[in-house]
Amino acid sequence: MRQVFHLLWCKLVCVLACSSAFAVEALPASDNPALEAQVMKISTELRCLVCQNQTIADSHADLAVDLRRQVREMLQNGQNEQQVIDYMTARYGDFVLYRPPFKALTALLWIGPAVMVVVGLGTLFVVLRRRSRLADDAFEPDDKDAPNDPHLS
Amino acid sequence: MKHVRYLVPMGILLVLLYFLRAGLSLNPKEVPSPLIGKPAPAFSLPRLDQPEQRISRDDLRGQVWMLNVWASWCVACRQEHPLLVQYAKQSKVPIYGLNYKDERAAGMKWLADFGNPYTASISDRDGRVGIDFGVYGVPETFVIDREGVIRYKQIGPLTPEVLRDTIEPLLKQLNS
Repeated sequence: MRQVFHLLWCKLVCVLACSSAFAVEALPASDNPALEAQVMKISTELRCLVCQNQTIADSHADLAVDLRRQVREMLQNGQNEQQVIDYMTARYGDFVLYRPPFKALTALLWIGPAVMVVVGLGTLFVVLRRRSRLADDAFEPDDKDAPNDPHLS
Repeated sequence: MKHVRYLVPMGILLVLLYFLRAGLSLNPKEVPSPLIGKPAPAFSLPRLDQPEQRISRDDLRGQVWMLNVWASWCVACRQEHPLLVQYAKQSKVPIYGLNYKDERAAGMKWLADFGNPYTASISDRDGRVGIDFGVYGVPETFVIDREGVIRYKQIGPLTPEVLRDTIEPLLKQLNS
């Protein structure tokens, strides 16, 4: 039994080691760390359209690799971050942005939750205020009064 | 009248249910392309069968044409392919193939094995033209009009229904 556990443990360690090695390998190296940092920064803002809940910085999909290469080349050609973002949205739409832009179409998305919280808290406040003004006999009796409840006898 | 106030939460619930239903019926894999109604991106790529010859976007001006993005490694393309071969026989529209991120030999073998519906295929070895067309899931199909404007984009395999109900009427309209 111990041997089996030992074997499993070794395998687990191996899998973890391999995957982390793989992750390092997947970062395409260029000799300019500042450039790579900027590539990664922009990549975390862009959605991988193949595996939609990942950014192209996280994804190993072919398309993500290609798009990272595209980002790197555009930066190397002296284009700035906004130009890269514009290039991507021109081809893939706003959906490629991990943080959707604030505009008429997405206003509900951005302010909806805040509006709901305000409305919810407001309703709660009004209801509690109204209840606190009511007389005691406006409420259902407590459990200890239950034997006196005509509905139960 | 006293019961009207109970209808308010009910109404809110119905609205939320409506949005939930609408949200669930959307296909998240189909991202609306911002390229519809815009000029097709410029390209100039070698032909798959004769790499010394190139085809560019402007060579195809003045006609309505279809661009089908395919690859020999793409499973869904194989599913779509017989339909495309059959449709090409009716020669209603020239179909150009964009062989996306593929080996030339593998692409040629694929066409030899399964039939070649394409007027010509062009070879996008590193996928750059694919990015310009906003390709993210092969197969994809574009309909491009005489002025070189993208009028329709199909993400994923074509179906007989899409051809009959969407693409055919569009082709008629564009050709008239």
